[in-house]
Amino acid sequence: MSEITKKIGKLIPDAFKENLRDYGMYIALGVIIIIFNYLTEGLFLTPRVISDLMDMTGYIAVLAVGMTLIIVIRHIDLSVGFIAGFLGAVAAILSSKVGLPLYIIIPAVMALGSIIGLWNGFLVAKMGVPAFVVTLAGMLLFRGALIRITNSETIFTGSEVFNAIGNGYIPDLFKVEGLHVLTLILGAFGILLYIFNEFKNRSKQKAYGLHVSSMSMFISKLAFVSVIVMYFVYKLASFKGFSYTMLIVLLVVMIYHFITKNTTLGRHIYAVGGNPEASELSGISVNKITYIVFGSMSMLAALSGILFTARLQSATPTAGTLFELDAIAAAFVGGVSATGGVGKVTGSIIGALVMASLTKGMDLMNVGVSYQYIIRGMVLIAAVVFDVKTRNMRSKSI
Amino acid sequence: MKNNILEMRNITKEFPGVKALDEVNFQVERGEIHCLVGENGAGKSTLMKVLGGVYGHGHYSGDIVFNDEIQKFSRINDSEKKGISIIYQELALIPEMSVYENIFLGHEITKNGIINWHETRIEAVKMLKKVKLDVHPNTKVIDLGVGKQQLVEIAKALSKEVQLLILDEPTAALNEDDSENLLELLLELKKLGVTCIMISHKLKEVIHVADTVTVLRDGKTICSLSREKGQIDEQVIIKHMVGREIEDIFPKRESKKIGDILLETKALTAFDKKLGRNVINNIDFNIREGEIVGIAGLMGAGRTEFAHSIFGNFKNYNLSGEVYIKGQKIKLKSPRHAILNGLAYVSEDRKGNGLILDQDIKQNITLSNLKAISDSLVINKREEIKISESYRDSLNIKTPSIEQKVKNLSGGNQQKVAIAKWLFVEPNILILDEPTRGIDVGAKFEIYTIMNALVEKGLSVVMISSELPEVLGMSDRIYVMAEGKMVGELKAEEASQEKVMEMATI
Repeated sequence: MSEITKKIGKLIPDAFKENLRDYGMYIALGVIIIIFNYLTEGLFLTPRVISDLMDMTGYIAVLAVGMTLIIVIRHIDLSVGFIAGFLGAVAAILSSKVGLPLYIIIPAVMALGSIIGLWNGFLVAKMGVPAFVVTLAGMLLFRGALIRITNSETIFTGSEVFNAIGNGYIPDLFKVEGLHVLTLILGAFGILLYIFNEFKNRSKQKAYGLHVSSMSMFISKLAFVSVIVMYFVYKLASFKGFSYTMLIVLLVVMIYHFITKNTTLGRHIYAVGGNPEASELSGISVNKITYIVFGSMSMLAALSGILFTARLQSATPTAGTLFELDAIAAAFVGGVSATGGVGKVTGSIIGALVMASLTKGMDLMNVGVSYQYIIRGMVLIAAVVFDVKTRNMRSKSI
Repeated sequence: MKNNILEMRNITKEFPGVKALDEVNFQVERGEIHCLVGENGAGKSTLMKVLGGVYGHGHYSGDIVFNDEIQKFSRINDSEKKGISIIYQELALIPEMSVYENIFLGHEITKNGIINWHETRIEAVKMLKKVKLDVHPNTKVIDLGVGKQQLVEIAKALSKEVQLLILDEPTAALNEDDSENLLELLLELKKLGVTCIMISHKLKEVIHVADTVTVLRDGKTICSLSREKGQIDEQVIIKHMVGREIEDIFPKRESKKIGDILLETKALTAFDKKLGRNVINNIDFNIREGEIVGIAGLMGAGRTEFAHSIFGNFKNYNLSGEVYIKGQKIKLKSPRHAILNGLAYVSEDRKGNGLILDQDIKQNITLSNLKAISDSLVINKREEIKISESYRDSLNIKTPSIEQKVKNLSGGNQQKVAIAKWLFVEPNILILDEPTRGIDVGAKFEIYTIMNALVEKGLSVVMISSELPEVLGMSDRIYVMAEGKMVGELKAEEASQEKVMEMATI
């Protein structure tokens, strides 16, 4: 190691270095936002842009959550883009032609998605076909199915309620001019819940003599996170408040985060990803986990398709094109390891936000599409290089 | 003045927080077989990696003098060009390629960038003759046994005109026959002028071949013993390795209470669909409560396959025959099913299919029995920590924290985590497959002690091991396997190494 890096290393507190990988993506996101805000002379951090940024991340974020688990168990799913497109079209047809209400469409289409996912899982787990091939075939299959079902035409959802989940905002209970009070209340509630949880965890860990950061570190971390979150909530509140899309994504992330962190199922998924043979010998059915993860992936693809259809207010024959690659990129940018067993759902969401911020920022700056692709490609590489390097650093340091 | 081919002077290599090598001095005389011994974590492999250029110049301090020149290797290629070849424990062969392709991989015989396959094959045959390996050079490496693969590696080194051949635990994965072959080959190569450094845990082998033995402990050179001066002696080496004398390698059990038959197999046969033959054949076996039963045999005798068969892990097998637990006939369908019926299996390959290396100690310990600490599928993390801490104490797992990732532990501690994991399922029968492979003398003793404590509590332990002394030292009863069959059953009192070997090598 050169002298300079050693010096820098001394400046960074150890506790921070340990978590560099976890915090790295948040820092990258912060830096990207600040840079764009500077370059666009403050346009990037206006309420409208922030709100729009989060909404346009929604349908990819949902896919990225499922993709995280797929990559964690060492597979890949290329079919989700067109599965989303196809099921979005199914939802549009159920809404406009059959006239079903939304509260039936959503669970029905998600159930259909799960079945498709289980089929993929069956081919991967039972038939032993590589996931890359199974889902590549699925991609072709559902692309065809999408064109067939839409008859190469645009199908409008024909329902205000349906469209609202892609474009609408939650109603406000209080009529205050220029400020969405319910959003502020929800935000504040969320932060309190977060602080409460962190304190509970800390005291638990302390009680068992596990390493905890110093009180001042801990408080400043909580304060920092709360301020940042409140800042964005305030910005949203001064626009139109939380959108339905944001709440749906938030709900999905919370559920998946909880499952991966706190349940036996989550533990089993990461174990299978870390070492399938050892997991099988530990009494975990690798096949069962494969079914569940592929099932959940396509279920989320269904949700993604519904969100996207609602956002466009219609299903198109090209919907879903390249969604899968955006989701895969988001997962890798978010720190999921291609060798399996490592990666967080929350990381992938941040990854999705990073990629969307790049697009949004460059759009605002009128950067040409060609350069946008090139820059996003470079960021993807940079993120994975960072990930690989910090991982090696860590394993060497112990 | 000695004619040293290699001198490593004051080598110090630091990893953040750890001094892996501390002013190590190491001299190898031209034409000798030099064995490097020491407990796990003593720094043997690190030293060889410094020598081989894995940790390049600038990443360590001190000098490497090879053939009277100070060398500054920055990559593995640099050291290979000078005639240093290292053969690691994990063989670096491409399974799907043929023997001759592998031998010349990376230094192909070419003319204008085009490979001369004819010449390659002729040269390969010469190399194979040198290592006395009688296989067709077109054979795929995947079709060879580990012992033969090892020889291909050596042939590969020879084809690079090696002057200094370094073998990292070459016999760890070999059976007695192959090991002996290999050692004889090393002696042959010595006659041809190849200098050899061998890292080994097996002191019998060391004593058999070494001209000089250097002992490392905690990153320091402890001593160099020479055959000429008559200094090479097992007890002396062990004493230097551990820094103390181990009087009793096998701890004694306080009391023996052997009960009824707990598990029994009758005519258990497993047909491997891939190999197209029976990997185990008509096996009758039983184990009683509170008993340690050893299964001896050579590599490939079917011991691990037998363990997998009774543990319900036989996806590639067609299984026939009967299994009884407590007199009840039972068909175990999966490892999960076996666990529920009181079985536990500590794999012989802890890294490959025993542990999840990327996860921490507590996650590994609780993995097989998450139900016990879960409340309707949600894991109770407090309980998890409590349980893991208790195993850390009772099995003496040396770690700063139970949140340490398992890959950062030493072999002995990893093995203890693997055992803890299986104790947590509270089995009646614990199958230990090569429980002390690759771990140091001190940790071995601890594992034996744990085994004794378990059987005193009424558990039954099946111990599969290639190390005869430990099978003889620990077991109440010994089965011997060969070519998929049970070829003998001996009581501990009537067993001897010679008897067992005789049975195992029909």
